[in-house]
Amino acid sequence: MKYLDEYSDPELAAKLFAQIEATVTRPWAIMEVCGGQTHTIVRNGIDQLLPGMVELIHGPGCPVCVTPLETIDKALMIAAREDVIFCSFGDMLRVPGSHTDLFGVRSRGGDVRVVYSPLDAVAIAEDNPDKQVVFFAIGFETTAPGNAMVAHQARERGLTNLSLLVSHVLVPPAIAAIASSPSSRVDGFLAAGHVCSVMGTAQYAPLVEQFKLPIVVTGFEPLDVLDGIRRTLVQLEEGRHELENAYPRAVQAEGNLPAQRMLGDVFQVVDRKWRGIGTIPLSGWKLADAYADVDAEIRFDVGHIDVEESTLCKSGEVLQGLLKPNECPAFGKECTPRNPLGATMVSSEGACAAYFQYRRLDDARTTLPVVDAAVAR
Amino acid sequence: MSEAIDVEAWSCPVPLRDHERILSGHGGGGKLSAELVDHLFLPAFGEAARGATPTDAATLLIGGARLAFSTDSYVVQPLFFPGGNIGDLAVNGTVNDVAMSGAVPVALSTAFVLEEGLELSVLGTIAETMGRAAVAAGVQLATGDTKVVDTGAGDGLTITTAGIGLIPDGVELAPQRISVGDRIILSGPIGAHGVAVMSVREGISFGTDIVSDSAPLAGLVATMLAADPDHGLHCLRDATRGGMAASLCELAATAQVGIAYQERLVPVPDSVRSACQFLGLDPIHVANEGRMVAFVAPGSADAVLEAMRAHPMGAEAVVIGEVVDDHPGMVVARTGIGATRVVDMPLGEQLPRIC
Amino acid sequence: MCLGVPGQVTEIRDDRGTRMATVDFGGVRKEVCLAYTPEAEVGQYTVIHAGFAITLLDEASALQTLKLFDEMGLLEEELGLVEAAAS
Repeated sequence: MKYLDEYSDPELAAKLFAQIEATVTRPWAIMEVCGGQTHTIVRNGIDQLLPGMVELIHGPGCPVCVTPLETIDKALMIAAREDVIFCSFGDMLRVPGSHTDLFGVRSRGGDVRVVYSPLDAVAIAEDNPDKQVVFFAIGFETTAPGNAMVAHQARERGLTNLSLLVSHVLVPPAIAAIASSPSSRVDGFLAAGHVCSVMGTAQYAPLVEQFKLPIVVTGFEPLDVLDGIRRTLVQLEEGRHELENAYPRAVQAEGNLPAQRMLGDVFQVVDRKWRGIGTIPLSGWKLADAYADVDAEIRFDVGHIDVEESTLCKSGEVLQGLLKPNECPAFGKECTPRNPLGATMVSSEGACAAYFQYRRLDDARTTLPVVDAAVAR
Repeated sequence: MSEAIDVEAWSCPVPLRDHERILSGHGGGGKLSAELVDHLFLPAFGEAARGATPTDAATLLIGGARLAFSTDSYVVQPLFFPGGNIGDLAVNGTVNDVAMSGAVPVALSTAFVLEEGLELSVLGTIAETMGRAAVAAGVQLATGDTKVVDTGAGDGLTITTAGIGLIPDGVELAPQRISVGDRIILSGPIGAHGVAVMSVREGISFGTDIVSDSAPLAGLVATMLAADPDHGLHCLRDATRGGMAASLCELAATAQVGIAYQERLVPVPDSVRSACQFLGLDPIHVANEGRMVAFVAPGSADAVLEAMRAHPMGAEAVVIGEVVDDHPGMVVARTGIGATRVVDMPLGEQLPRIC
Repeated sequence: MCLGVPGQVTEIRDDRGTRMATVDFGGVRKEVCLAYTPEAEVGQYTVIHAGFAITLLDEASALQTLKLFDEMGLLEEELGLVEAAAS
């Protein structure tokens, strides 16, 4: 596929690895903040092949993982209602709430539907005027413009049966929170490319200045991730800290202006609790007051929710980059994708799930001589 | 990375306590399905299922003849998809189950559960399809049954087929015969069926030219056996729900051997690859209905491969890997950029990834 | 959270004031919303995320990036050759 396969080319990957090898003289720790990048790294074994001095720490880039438990529980309560068709992205269906998940609600008769695009929820609302249709609007800034369109169209088309349960999270405050943490070992950040396609890169310059850390806007294919890592290492080795764009084919400095206008209209910034981390000030979006009439939290007064987190789950430490998934005592035992304790094991983007799914052998450079010889045949 | 991972430690001791009810994932062909069989059905059946082989056709010794016997239920939404309909699956799926034990399939039974309100024209088209598929596969539709359930209770139509076939003398295909050093042959490109069905499924539908690969494999199997007088062919498995990955993982676990393959050697049609990228799915987890993996002793692999390539159903057959004595029970792949990756069974339903 | 996939715009139409398009992803065709890429034309490539085009793809930039990767290490190689020849 054009603009995709080229960025997985093994020969070019080898060149990037070699360049990285030649650049590094000291240990460095780099954090990627986007679950999609975590997926690429672990799926392709990029961290296996990097020089031992380069450590990749997986950040809280999985909006599914960080959706507050209270929000999941609210979603479950709303979805269980007989008059509701609850629409959600696929990843959210297995995120554990205090007692069950959306799959569980569906098995008890709840009308829970997976949608690919937020506009599918609009269509469902149009087709089901007698039902309340609720769209679970989660994600980082990348997904927000699409989600905002639901609120916009609900209003424009007079769809009084449509509402949104919103829990958006923002990347720059998360980077700030991690970089300011006294236990942070992160020397440089890979910023999420598609978030920047929407928001532009300006928000990251103040972070570079404040924390004196390189931030490199990075794409998602193997070569993109390798190049983002490479550029970060070059800066670190040369003692520089700058904002760099390693994904220029999809990111312009000013970002997507029509999307930003819609976001400014539909959402307003709010303090947001990140599951496993805690509250990060001004790190989330909720529906603006002008859109209160399509706010599902108001429309379905679900009231106060008591939350119960598993005490075994160390998602929080994983999300903050303090723990590798396989260092968690529950990893692979009490906690597996089949029976997840926390959100990082549920979401296919979560660090724990990525590690589990692509877990590599004890010997990172396992030789597969016969299989490798097959390539030559 | 600390100590080596113990595969046995992964499984939750009594997983069914997690959910009191059946979830859609239990039908996905992945871990949840396997757990339902291992932790509910087999213990409940008790003595009656002592020799049961849940994932393979059963081999029954009757009056000196060895019969392969298998059954499957077909519930697919939507009933019609690019390249076929539920009728094709109901015939070819069970024919293939039987063929995987090396048997020549002889007859199928067909049981229908019809939802009240199903259009007769729809049922007629499906039945005609089954007749054609049976002729193409060389089997008789020998007996059957029909029941009707209330509207809303039946997903339109469920078809259950059971098949029997005769295993030729000297042929023994079973996971227990898989040996270290066996070459692993994949009969053709993967992912077409699953993508074809998804493309017309409400909620994630998309336009594509991909058609299902549903087809009978019995002819290909017979060709392979004919080219293998020394019985170097050890085991066959059709790669259906759960994709190629599920087949390899199940066999690695059953035979307690390690499986290693090269990702780059696995043929995936460009259109399937694109669809999987778009949906965020891995082609090795996507269902097929006309593909199989074969485990062959190294000395016989070339002859079997050549025979496969001469047959229309095996024209693109390729060796993708080997059975190794490392990491028994685990499947490991060499990734495109040269790292290693452990391949696992998909969990339950294949949901499109948004992130 | 960024499964953004490149796709080529093949057809554009209006749905009650919202600009929609058919996008081709290497053989897979899907309807997406172009509201946030009003400048997108038929034939152009966009990054699609959850049914919305969030940016156009800049071809020149894409090619330049690949060229950069390809030439990586070439300078060092050349220097290496020069050193070897000089010794």
